[in-house]
Amino acid sequence: MTLLEGLTLLIAAAGVFFIVVSSIGIVRMPDVYTRVHAVGKAGTLGIVGVLLAVGVYQFATLSVVFEMLALIGFFFLTQPVAAHMLDRAAFLTGVQPTPGTAPNDLADRYDPETRQLE
Amino acid sequence: MSLFQSLIGALMLVLSLSMAVAVWRLLRGPSIPDRAVAFDLIMIHLVGLIALFALTSGQLVLLDAVIVVAVIGFLGTVALARFIEEGRS
Repeated sequence: MTLLEGLTLLIAAAGVFFIVVSSIGIVRMPDVYTRVHAVGKAGTLGIVGVLLAVGVYQFATLSVVFEMLALIGFFFLTQPVAAHMLDRAAFLTGVQPTPGTAPNDLADRYDPETRQLE
Repeated sequence: MSLFQSLIGALMLVLSLSMAVAVWRLLRGPSIPDRAVAFDLIMIHLVGLIALFALTSGQLVLLDAVIVVAVIGFLGTVALARFIEEGRS
């Protein structure tokens, strides 16, 4: 096993570890908001690791490297948007957060008809 | 099959098991947003699996499929979120 293969394995293993962490989070977390939190952050970090491993292993092919960098940028842009839209949809349809959510500042401030903050 | 390929295969096995866990949440999830979150996570797993398979098999054409799955995952999640939000009451 060469040095390049070892480095690739290290980065890919780190990425897979974080994806598994987000997968544990989606099972163990108590409500939908914390689950979105687990997927939106740990999942993004994990997929960045895996894509970076592909880019490092194929570093001689520049098109692959730039493709992977573009995909990493794509995930950094889109995952927060998707997470926010899911949280917003859950809140507007009245999914209750877990009782431990202590200061719920948004509790009665949304107008359910117009979907605007009052 | 070299040691490198075997170890990447082991990583793919771990990813598959983790994907099964996400599918459990997709089937179980109490609310519809829960299922949408699980769908998002499954798409992330799929991107990782295809990328690792392209790495071991040397088929760099598969990296284009990674882009397609990433875009479909994002658009699917956004469409689901819009549907949940608009389709209420």
